[in-house]
Amino acid sequence: MRATATVRDLRDQIRSGRRSAVEVCRETLTRIERLEPSLHAFNSVTTDLALARASELDAQRDRWRDAPLLGVPIALKDNLCTRGVRTTASSRMLESFVPPYNATVVERLCQAGAVVIGKTNCDEFAMGSSTENSAFGPSRNPWALDRIPGGSSGGSAVAVAARMATVALGSDTGGSIRQPAALCGVVGLKPTYGRVSRYGLLAFASSLDQIGPLTRTVYDAAVTLTVLAGADPADATSASTPASDYTAGLTGDIRGARVGVPSSLLENGVEPDVLRAFRAALETLASRGATLVDLELPHARHAIAVYYLIATAEASSNLARYDGVRYGFRAADRPAQAGRHEQTDALRTMYAQTREIGFGPEVKRRIMLGTYVLSAGYYDAYYLKAQQVRTLILRDYDRAFERADVVAMPTSPTAAFKIGERVDDPLQMYLADVFTVSANLAGLPAISVPCGFTTEGLPVGLQLTGRRFHEATLLRIADAYEREAPWHTEEPRISKEVRI
Amino acid sequence: MSYEPVIGLEIHAHLLTASKIFCGCSAAFGGGPNTHVCAVCLGLPGALPVLNRAAVDFAVRAGLALGCTIHETSIFARKNYFYPDLPKGYQISQYERPLATSGVVELSSGAERRCVGITRVHLEEDAGKSLHEGFPDSDRKTYLDYNRSGVGLIEIVTEPDLRSAADAAEFFSRLRAILVWLGVNDGNMEEGSLRCDANVSVRPAGADLLGTKAEVKNLNSFRFLQHALEYEIDRQIDIIREGGRVVQETRLWDANTGRTVSMRSKEQAHDYRYFPEPDLPPLFVDAARVAAIRNAMPELPDARRRRFVDEYALPDYDAGQLTQSRALADYVEATIRAGAPPKLASNWIMGELARKLKEIGVDIAAAPLEPDRLAGLVALIEQGAISGSMAKHVFEKMFASGLTAQTIVKAEGLTQIDDESAILDLVDGILTNNADAVAQYRAGKTATFGFLVGQVMKAAGGKANPKRVNALLRRALEAR
Repeated sequence: MRATATVRDLRDQIRSGRRSAVEVCRETLTRIERLEPSLHAFNSVTTDLALARASELDAQRDRWRDAPLLGVPIALKDNLCTRGVRTTASSRMLESFVPPYNATVVERLCQAGAVVIGKTNCDEFAMGSSTENSAFGPSRNPWALDRIPGGSSGGSAVAVAARMATVALGSDTGGSIRQPAALCGVVGLKPTYGRVSRYGLLAFASSLDQIGPLTRTVYDAAVTLTVLAGADPADATSASTPASDYTAGLTGDIRGARVGVPSSLLENGVEPDVLRAFRAALETLASRGATLVDLELPHARHAIAVYYLIATAEASSNLARYDGVRYGFRAADRPAQAGRHEQTDALRTMYAQTREIGFGPEVKRRIMLGTYVLSAGYYDAYYLKAQQVRTLILRDYDRAFERADVVAMPTSPTAAFKIGERVDDPLQMYLADVFTVSANLAGLPAISVPCGFTTEGLPVGLQLTGRRFHEATLLRIADAYEREAPWHTEEPRISKEVRI
Repeated sequence: MSYEPVIGLEIHAHLLTASKIFCGCSAAFGGGPNTHVCAVCLGLPGALPVLNRAAVDFAVRAGLALGCTIHETSIFARKNYFYPDLPKGYQISQYERPLATSGVVELSSGAERRCVGITRVHLEEDAGKSLHEGFPDSDRKTYLDYNRSGVGLIEIVTEPDLRSAADAAEFFSRLRAILVWLGVNDGNMEEGSLRCDANVSVRPAGADLLGTKAEVKNLNSFRFLQHALEYEIDRQIDIIREGGRVVQETRLWDANTGRTVSMRSKEQAHDYRYFPEPDLPPLFVDAARVAAIRNAMPELPDARRRRFVDEYALPDYDAGQLTQSRALADYVEATIRAGAPPKLASNWIMGELARKLKEIGVDIAAAPLEPDRLAGLVALIEQGAISGSMAKHVFEKMFASGLTAQTIVKAEGLTQIDDESAILDLVDGILTNNADAVAQYRAGKTATFGFLVGQVMKAAGGKANPKRVNALLRRALEAR
């Protein structure tokens, strides 16, 4: 059995004593060692901590016997705080920042018996769709090394696709879990806003951010969500709605499920291969007893515009704390001079240079956009208007859910593009999120599952969006699809070549 | 032409909650630098605020006491600006939808009663402290202490209803008394737990339109407030008289020079880019919670003052003085309940007790003399058992020893000579020995009466009941 099988396989093997957590951990680390030079999925690999943790689990096997993620190697996006482990958000600003605390999700994973093996590369502060905005260089798509893995949680998607981790966590503000999952051929789940605590997630856009799993199978996503979900007293926006065992409903039976398809949205801008794979996926769902329902999302075409107003506005404020005063990067102090006015000048210069050097171009672009959007005289026209349209988008979905249980779309309009292809064209880059941002704006859960390949052999994802807190429905339909169309068993060649 | 100032105040008051408004750190003043801090109040990446419910209850209490409408839904907002003592680069405050609005406070000193409108009361967090002075390298460095960062505040904004520096100072003092009375704020201006800024403009007396205003900051004592406003009002009037125009700007009171100086102009004013705080859901305070807070509120100073007049027949002046603080008013009522006649109790509390407490620098709440002890002293006076001057002596002893008045009087044999025949004997003796004075009195020089009283009292060793001495002496003089 390969080192990184699925959660279920691994857990059962370790529980029964057929393999030890240390063995699994070692093999995973070896795979990372071999693959990392080609793929650059990780910013940090926590070899020693992971091995220590694994041997602790082995030593106390009885105590951990029922842990749902027993011995499972997990990679964390590098914007999730880990106590004592560098957390950079792939920014020069936080290149050497070591948090004194764990994100709530990290605590929950540890309590579930997981073994954290490292921190994954991403677009700087999760701003991007390709990982090309990482200060530490892009990750590479294991299906085609000259292509991007998607983003911003690209490193997490690469780690799971190339079996360098069984589960990875990502964060999704406008598609940052689902899009890289689709482009790397893995499962990516963005839960309902408030389903998973954001405490310890470096905020990009607080009203949109949500943490979720990237996994090889829908079952694994369900197990991980069961561990992550639930109210957190440290996050006032976490929901009190009770979480459940999300694996319970994975029966394979979707007879009578209504799958809505906003056909008119798909008329333009979608690659033919993607469209073909998407239509085939719909037929598969229908063949298992689902009913396809044609519907409209009239305001969805404004989603990108609305998203880039709200997300940048919030980001401009969220990133203000990176000012060089208390932690992180600080541009060299100028020689100190006496006098209050001189000190004020020196302070302003320090702020400006710290942020000029510490942030990459995309982050600065978004901070400027967001600052503008919130400025006196523009707030009503941009921020407020965007919030109003956001409400209309939410209503579109409410109406859609009167007729359908989930809404299906391709996750991304294209398969993975070439590294460097869109870096000079931010607008083109932003369009990568065209099908994913609505779920964030409306706070809805959405999942991407592998649904085939382009003629060039690049993975394509099917996205299903559900009602608030109806993750179980999403997972049931996605699981049923996966049973019928097991695309997830395909493995990139580079990954197969490492025979561990 | 005469000019009229128009003044509105913005007051920031620390809430007396045990912990900060968005985290569990201690909100206490002081402590070693950066010891009351955590990921949340240091603005570390990924940390999130969680609202302290006690802070909301305190703010509601203040809002109710200031006659405000408490809104069922209010919304937190971010006020964005860069400053080293503001760790997140924004302050969590309330903006478009504050917790409480539309209140009123009555000022009642002087002849007429005046009303000061309260525009709003909202919740927010304080910033840390920049220490620009006091270190050997302070000419080159500023030190930062984040203990204060995230301490809960209410900001209280008044309507521009104040018409003089004195009025403004009186209002501020009254507001302070209310907040301290409620237990919402400790009233400590030196430690910065109560701070005041003012918006000031002047206009021709009787005009409807408002003049251009200046915001004056750093008015952190009643004296500073009044002096700064007087200075600023004169400054603006001078500008207008000389044909100039007042500029809209923020000015800083400099207590050393006694002047206000320009801090930043309107053009340099910050654009705070307020927007709703996405990390905190809207704040819901339902009617039941407001009612519960209202029911648990102490009787407010105004109501108590009126009750002191109605129930105890105290003069309005006394009632006003005795309701300056809740502890004082509680002391008064306890003394009265222990049997002291109200007016006599009032005199002793405002007089001897206040003097003595001031002398030893102790607040009424910690007075070493219990109200029932004071009542015991007052009862002895009322019964005529001791004279006023004896009482002062006894009071000193009580204050120092904690013994009852009765015990001291007995131990020192201070009981007043009240026996009619004993006093008459003394009177007879004095009249016999002072024939001249008696003759003068009879001749119409009634001022001699005082001299004779003094002689009797002296003969009695100060222990005779002065009232009775008066009466008996007069009777004896008329009889002879």
